[in-house]
Amino acid sequence: MKIWASRARAPLYAASGGRALAPGEEKAAGLHMTETAFLLNGTPVRIAGEPPTRTLLDWLRETRQLTGTKEGCNEGDCGACTVMVSDQDGTRALNACILFLPQLHGKAVRTVEGLTGPDGALHPVQQAMVDHHGSQCGFCTPGFVMAMAAGHLNRRTDHDDVLAGNLCRCTGYAPIIRAAEAASTASVPDWLKQETDPGFFLAKIPSGGAAGTAARGADGPPSDAFRPSTTDELARWYAANPTATLIAGATDVGLWVTKALMNLAPVAFLNGIADLKRIETTGTEIRIGAGVTISDLLDAMKSPHPDFAELLRRYASVQVRNAATIGGNIANGSPIGDGPPALIALGAALHLRMGDARRSIPLEDFFLDYRKQDRQPGEFVEAVTIPATAPALRCYKLSKRFDQDISAVCGCFNLTVDNGLVTAARIAFGGMAGIPKRATAVEQALIGKKLDLATAEAVKPLFARDFTPMTDMRASAAYRLEAAGNMLIRYALELSGQTPRILDLNPLEVRA
Amino acid sequence: MSMGKPLPHDSGPLHVTGVARYVDDIPTPAGTLHLAFGLSPVAHGRIRSLDLSAVRNSPGVVGVWSAEDFDHMPDCSPSAEDEPLLATGTVHYVGQQVFLLAAESHLAARKAVKKAKFDIEELPALLTVDQALAANSRFESGPSIWTRGDAAGALAKSPHIVEGRMEVGGQEHFYLEGQVALALPLENGDMLVHASSQHPTEIQHKVAHALHLSMSAVRVEVRRMGGGFGGKESQGNALAVACAIAAARTGRPCKLRYDRDDDMVITGKRHDLAIGYKAGFDDAGKLTGIEFLHLFRCGWSQDLSLPVADRAMLHADNAYWLPHVRIESHRLKTNTQSATAYRGFGGPQGIIGIERVMDHIAHALKKDPLEVRRVNYYRECDVDQGPGHGHRYGGPHSPKAEELQPQTTPYLMPIEDFIGHAMTAKLSETSDYVARREAIREWNKTSPVLKRGIAMVPVKFGISFTLTWLNQAGALVHVYQDGSIRMNHGGTEMGQGLFQKIAQVAAGVFGVDAEMVKITATDTALVPNTSATAASSGADMNGMAVKIACEAIRERMAAHLAEKHQADPAQVRFADGRVQVGGADYSFAEVAAMAYQSRVSLSSTGFYKTPKITWDRVKGQGRPFLYFAYGAAVTEVVIDTLTGENRILRADILHDTGNSLNPAIDIGQVEGAYVQGAGWLTTEELVWNDKGRLTTHAPSTYKIPACSDRPRVFNVALWDRPNREDTVGRSKAVGEPPFNLGISAFLALSDAVAACGDGSVYPHLDAPATAERILMAVKRQRGDV
Repeated sequence: MKIWASRARAPLYAASGGRALAPGEEKAAGLHMTETAFLLNGTPVRIAGEPPTRTLLDWLRETRQLTGTKEGCNEGDCGACTVMVSDQDGTRALNACILFLPQLHGKAVRTVEGLTGPDGALHPVQQAMVDHHGSQCGFCTPGFVMAMAAGHLNRRTDHDDVLAGNLCRCTGYAPIIRAAEAASTASVPDWLKQETDPGFFLAKIPSGGAAGTAARGADGPPSDAFRPSTTDELARWYAANPTATLIAGATDVGLWVTKALMNLAPVAFLNGIADLKRIETTGTEIRIGAGVTISDLLDAMKSPHPDFAELLRRYASVQVRNAATIGGNIANGSPIGDGPPALIALGAALHLRMGDARRSIPLEDFFLDYRKQDRQPGEFVEAVTIPATAPALRCYKLSKRFDQDISAVCGCFNLTVDNGLVTAARIAFGGMAGIPKRATAVEQALIGKKLDLATAEAVKPLFARDFTPMTDMRASAAYRLEAAGNMLIRYALELSGQTPRILDLNPLEVRA
Repeated sequence: MSMGKPLPHDSGPLHVTGVARYVDDIPTPAGTLHLAFGLSPVAHGRIRSLDLSAVRNSPGVVGVWSAEDFDHMPDCSPSAEDEPLLATGTVHYVGQQVFLLAAESHLAARKAVKKAKFDIEELPALLTVDQALAANSRFESGPSIWTRGDAAGALAKSPHIVEGRMEVGGQEHFYLEGQVALALPLENGDMLVHASSQHPTEIQHKVAHALHLSMSAVRVEVRRMGGGFGGKESQGNALAVACAIAAARTGRPCKLRYDRDDDMVITGKRHDLAIGYKAGFDDAGKLTGIEFLHLFRCGWSQDLSLPVADRAMLHADNAYWLPHVRIESHRLKTNTQSATAYRGFGGPQGIIGIERVMDHIAHALKKDPLEVRRVNYYRECDVDQGPGHGHRYGGPHSPKAEELQPQTTPYLMPIEDFIGHAMTAKLSETSDYVARREAIREWNKTSPVLKRGIAMVPVKFGISFTLTWLNQAGALVHVYQDGSIRMNHGGTEMGQGLFQKIAQVAAGVFGVDAEMVKITATDTALVPNTSATAASSGADMNGMAVKIACEAIRERMAAHLAEKHQADPAQVRFADGRVQVGGADYSFAEVAAMAYQSRVSLSSTGFYKTPKITWDRVKGQGRPFLYFAYGAAVTEVVIDTLTGENRILRADILHDTGNSLNPAIDIGQVEGAYVQGAGWLTTEELVWNDKGRLTTHAPSTYKIPACSDRPRVFNVALWDRPNREDTVGRSKAVGEPPFNLGISAFLALSDAVAACGDGSVYPHLDAPATAERILMAVKRQRGDV
């Protein structure tokens, strides 16, 4: 079963620890969390007795009869199930279909049923969607208005990015964007303002505190569903439970449950570990905690590594980036994840931890073979460190669709040029092998050369020595190889002058 | 007058608040069971044995059924009784339903399904049209061939010839709401079915047949679908029949909804095909003779493939006069999903063939493709305008005396309403086509890596079902004594705004606001014997039926008032919510109350059948369509010649909806159709592996357009002239025709590819034009293959 093998995004820190989980394996006894508490549309709820991998979507629709939130794909690719989730860090849009209930502990959840005012007044984005004919069949609409409302609350005007994770088959999107633009100047309704006030909702949640405390209540959590609040707690527990599945954003593990129908146990939920979410710049290095979401990483990379940030902008969708973590993207070992090629090109060091033992390795050494990583049972990814500057870093993502798609080929280039000659080269690819992998033959051949079109053309055939890509539904082997080589040509062109990218182009204007 | 107003979709406020109810949102009675199908893992094989013991023992499972549990296997086909609900001995594609189970929850059902053990003897599978053609595996005894004139003779004498073969991919509907049905057993064996279906009457018919009930014992209700696009014309039959069977056998309500991956693996899609063409033309690019070969991959069962392939033949001319033409169409039977209806219903597959030919001819002559299109357009000949029109484009094959007569399609239907010349002229002007084409040519000279392209494509789309007896519709309208109006008709709402448009028609008859008209779910108990909401016919037919019903009631009200006021009934005026007669002025509600108290019937059915149409599908002759809807689009694209990546930069559309019943809804249809059509031909690639398994069975791998894929500049205008035929409000159908405008994106990409070469190599782009296909086409331009 390789259903997760093709996912670019992977918030899981460690695969299932070497333990073979049969798809039909029955639940172990005592799997349930003691309690999950959160605010649902402003009202406190406590949930006990649900399996820890019960999705928010199923719970909303089946248990709470809140059927406004729709299931379109059950894998986080269509956005019909989008909800707003708020905590101390702000308000985010998330896909309810791959969000497990324990991940919501201590947070405020708002569904489409809670978007209107207490007197039934429409939220500005709802009104704009009606006025601008933004709904036709209406099935994707609740997800769109929730994604739009989250963007509106965060005062975002990059509507194409805010809505890239919501698919509509009827409208062609034009009226939806008109609605988003029309609503963008309206103020956030009063009834949503509490959503941005952690003091308000934390006080109202039954457990009375931030994530973690309820699960570590008087009775203690069941040993097979753990929700630590520090990395040290995680390290101790995971060393004692090395077969466990670690769940951070669940944007990949979610599919093990919703599509592969696996029973995961034991599990640990990591999104309550604050110290795993830090980004620290120390002199020449940036240390990124494994729990940093792709959204937060994107913001942090805009200044030091703008091309990496642009790559992350195209990493799945805002809903997925809000959940997925860089640690998961690395640890899951996917050959087509978008994080590792850029990080390897940057020369990232990976920091692993088991119990109190820590070690650091070059990131590329972590990936041993298809789905096989240099990670011991009970060991997890704690952080990754990258240089603070890399002016020549360029990242190229090739996919069937620009947004919300998995790379067919992801090529990242980082050359050092001294006196016009290449003195160091780091070139890493996703989608070209069973693992994220450096193009060592190409790198070698570039050393000492002047990087120009002629050099790139001359070196291009060496990609065939570095890679033997596969043919699948995303691309043929021949195309992958050709495109990878052409990325080097683009890199040479971009470093030597102005070669616009296709996403920078506008229609030609023929009138003044 | 409420007709023609740009009112929002009636369900808009319900959509945005999550209140709009879809089948899976209907609160179910306690004890409702959830069903799932077990699916064939192989493309073709004989079932040796099926071990379902682990399935039966799976937690929550209440019932499991396979072929051995049926004396007569219920059939789910809309056409040929060749779709058993569950496989009987042989499986014909990966994803065919083999067994059915019922469980206490949706999740329990899905988990149980995976525990089946299949023992299937694999047989050779036919997966491609070429394999099927070689094996003579087909529906009907041989190809359909329609001819007019002597195509071979004309080709032999042609000064120039182009020929080629293009692959055109299929398309997954990707309705956001997957297939779903809910059956509620009633007393005395009757059955109530809620289905997400474009064709409630067919659901009713198939359920009745499966349960050995009369149709009167089965009631099907459809309030709305979360998208249909043709994918819910026949593909919902299996779910409804399964629910009804399980409900009848267990006595409990039963619901079945496909998980998205199952939905994509099980259900049929747009037909993919290969198109062969050979076209002869003169120095001006004017066609002399043309031959088309259509190889349709129909899948394992017949479904709607014959009329789909027919419609492709009926649109092989698109907007062009084909003096000598031969069209040969093979409907090939393969071990894949049974391809089915999809917006355009074969029309787009026919149109893209002739548009490719126009593009190819222009390339061969080094002319602007728009020039070539214009010289081949049908003569503008509106017979109502009399002599003096339509001379300019008569060709050498049009004797002088006939120039005043309309030209005819290859199936001999006179083209009386062609407006392509005027629309093209208008759009060319508003889109700056000529200047932009030149600017793009200049820009490309300075841009070695990125290349732009532009193309204009017209569309002429025939409106009516080609199966003549489907062209009928019914309605039921009540006026209550408080003046409120309740409207019902045979059309279904799948997002296209049909209910809103027809409510505006009804309101127009009574002279009240549209919100006075209560919109109700489609219900086979209210209006019987309905046709599918398909062929873009929903508003034309049901709108007319509702209008007729409303007028019957209004006439009775008017007669009553006229008698009371000693006036002529024709003088009674219904407008602005008031009714005026002989100086008196009443509210509509007062008139309703008066009529009620005077024992006047305030309820009426309405019935409409489309006039003028006749069709002999064997000969391929007649008037299958009441009229044509027209449109044209100009698309500008850019490609990256290093990777083949591509984007639509701008689209300008002019589209003909007659007198629009609701311009806001119609523009929404045009915008959505264009993007869906462009998706078909660009990013939406269906991939099967060599075992016949669909590998693009989820949105993670099958890519419909996303938000940023829409044209950044997107100008859509309506032509806004009345339909010359007597349709409801002189409007025109809008659902399918603008889908074809997406072809302009495909040909703009071809234009961009051609800009990479010296003009000697035609791009021969296949569809969908993925980045990979574009890069390979660019390499061919550069002789690097």
